[in-house]
Amino acid sequence: MSEVKSALLVGVGGQGAILTAKVLVNGLMRAGYDVKMSEVHGMSQRGGSVSTQVRWGEKVYSPLIGKGAADIVVAFEKMEAVRYADYLKPNGVAVINDFEMISATIAAGLAEYPAGTLEAMQQHFTCHVLNAEKIALELGSAKCMNIVLFGSLVKALKMDDIDWESVIADTVPAKFKELNLAAYRAGCAAV
Amino acid sequence: MEKILLSGNEAIARGAFEAGVKVASAYPGTPSTEIFENLPLYRDVLYSEWAPNEKVATEVAYGASLAGVRSLTAMKHVGVNVAADPIFTAAYNGVGGGFVIVSADDPSMHSSQNEQDNRHYAKSAKMAMVEPSDSQECKDFLKAAYEISEKFDMPVLYRITTRVAHSKSLVSLGEREEPPVPVYKRNVRKNVCTPANAMLNHPKVEANLKALEAWACESPLNRMELADTKVGVISASIAYEYAKEVFPEDTSFLKLGITNPLPMDLIREFASKVEKLYVIEELDPFMEEQIKAAGISCIGKELTGLMYEMNPELLRERLFGVKPETVDVGVKAVPRPPVLCPGCPHRGFFYTMSRHKDFVVAGDIGCYTLGAAPPLNAIDSVICMGGGFTVAMGMAKAFQATGQTDKKVFGVMGDSTFFHSGMTGAAEIIYNKGNVIPVVLDNHITGMTGHQDNPGSGYTLQGEIAESLKIEEILKSYGFGHVIIVDPQDLKAMEAAVQEALASEVPAAIIARRPCLLIKRIRHENGLCKVNPDKCIGCRKCLSVGCPAVSVKDRKASIDPLQCVGCTVCAQVCPMGAIEKEA
Repeated sequence: MSEVKSALLVGVGGQGAILTAKVLVNGLMRAGYDVKMSEVHGMSQRGGSVSTQVRWGEKVYSPLIGKGAADIVVAFEKMEAVRYADYLKPNGVAVINDFEMISATIAAGLAEYPAGTLEAMQQHFTCHVLNAEKIALELGSAKCMNIVLFGSLVKALKMDDIDWESVIADTVPAKFKELNLAAYRAGCAAV
Repeated sequence: MEKILLSGNEAIARGAFEAGVKVASAYPGTPSTEIFENLPLYRDVLYSEWAPNEKVATEVAYGASLAGVRSLTAMKHVGVNVAADPIFTAAYNGVGGGFVIVSADDPSMHSSQNEQDNRHYAKSAKMAMVEPSDSQECKDFLKAAYEISEKFDMPVLYRITTRVAHSKSLVSLGEREEPPVPVYKRNVRKNVCTPANAMLNHPKVEANLKALEAWACESPLNRMELADTKVGVISASIAYEYAKEVFPEDTSFLKLGITNPLPMDLIREFASKVEKLYVIEELDPFMEEQIKAAGISCIGKELTGLMYEMNPELLRERLFGVKPETVDVGVKAVPRPPVLCPGCPHRGFFYTMSRHKDFVVAGDIGCYTLGAAPPLNAIDSVICMGGGFTVAMGMAKAFQATGQTDKKVFGVMGDSTFFHSGMTGAAEIIYNKGNVIPVVLDNHITGMTGHQDNPGSGYTLQGEIAESLKIEEILKSYGFGHVIIVDPQDLKAMEAAVQEALASEVPAAIIARRPCLLIKRIRHENGLCKVNPDKCIGCRKCLSVGCPAVSVKDRKASIDPLQCVGCTVCAQVCPMGAIEKEA
């Protein structure tokens, strides 16, 4: 099963990780891969930690991976990168949004936001770090942050043979097409 | 044919359409909810509804089956506990049109209070069980389940797990079939469960199960994949997908789709072909125990374990001792637990409860279970849907019996839970003179499962306007002489309502009423709260409301403008008036 690849997209509920996974899956389907996708979440309505797994290859059985099995992790928030670091293969790649969101535990004053998350990840893995929020704001809306990260994911995966721009155009709402295409290109260029 | 990506739940909804189902009734519950959220796609030919609870839903679907059409109900695993009464006797009476009960189990309790293994229900109630393991099977096996139900005159338990329900894989679609509907005829002998009829029905059930077992040995739902005969694996459901990745490619498999009754002759045949036999299943040794009881030796739970969801890496480690290589980056992430949303109407109520050391609060299942989380810590117990009022009743009676008169007991549940199974508890409080204040947190929606309508919300599953039942009228008619309706976001009014209820001479009840902020069809008057740093003294009192938008930075309160909706609950507790709402 060595040809099956696994990506793990992690973030905070509401950041758009699921739409990003959908774009990835749509492109992989067009390229003829067997694909499975799994949202792993608890009872978080808003603000909880969320993760989505995408697996593709000639034939995929399990929709779920365990620890040490992801080829790539895309972290929409940098503390989430650390939370899921043990899901990465030791030679895995991380795309990390240099973006900080405190949790309810931190807001309540019961813990501090951990220091040195990016450095810790960079010390152990090949990392592509970008400030996707800043890039998205420069393009006109923080809402396209997820597609900026998606651009970086494609670059990191070295999967340029798929026509991602047409996949994005077909997946996102029509009125946000241009914004998201710009976001994708900026994300590709950022890493 | 082109394949599309569907979750298991979406595929089951599609399967119901293709199988010609005409009537479907359910109560929402993770991980089953999306099945029924997708059924209105087919509203032209398939009637679907949210019932007040799983027992009602099962009875509605059973009734439709009796009337001759194919019917469906679906629920989370603990919902089957609620529905068990009609299910066990439906298995004796048998069916008219095919009747399928989806049980969505939740190994690892992603969103549940336990991880009970509902496969036992199929055996215990003596009905067929079918278990799909991916989305294509979710759709295709459902059609087979209706054929089984009709051929063997029994309900079918269609058992899925969270991972089958919520993972997405590729599915080829089919056409809808329209099974003929017979002219309805009364059949007292078969359908009226008097003891005399039940005596006659039971041997029929045993005979049907036997016939089904023989049939299942030939069914394509149970598939032998013979390869190298050194190792054989028997598996079903999602565990099969994990096992396929973990065992070497040339391993022989017996993949079971019908798991009650187990096709024992087929299992015996498979076992005789392989040298070493594994049984791979999540949770309980449901198949393993029966296979061992049939005199077939196999390896299973001594390696795979009884608890939690599996995945390929865990399974590989448990079977072969191969630990996945992982990296510890040396920095620990702080927990990011689910919390009541900013602006959640439940916050004001639980803040009020948290201010009184003599209050005992029996809670219930819903978003408001989060009232138990720090810093609110305002719930004493949660056990099941509808248990809030009645557990409170038992506690109050015990305090009374032991002279602990200082305790003030509240039973708390949401509107959907009240309609689900809280009304009987309210009757209990009146009938048996309970010293309990029942509180309904009425946010006009079934929140935690993702906003489904209920008998109080004014809409049906299919989007039609419906009668909106009035909780206050129900409580008054039960004998609660003093029903106080209060906006929980107004902390002074909330506290006054509680004191008024406690002081009441007649049985009192509270309805804390404010719609959930996430209901899209309501226009919410949102705003923004800001901290005036000159007035803020850094006392951290605002943190006691447990709002994720509020934190303290550099000894001053800080409100995240992206999260804040301007509910002002934090402002109301600020002793300095340092939090102001912007217009």
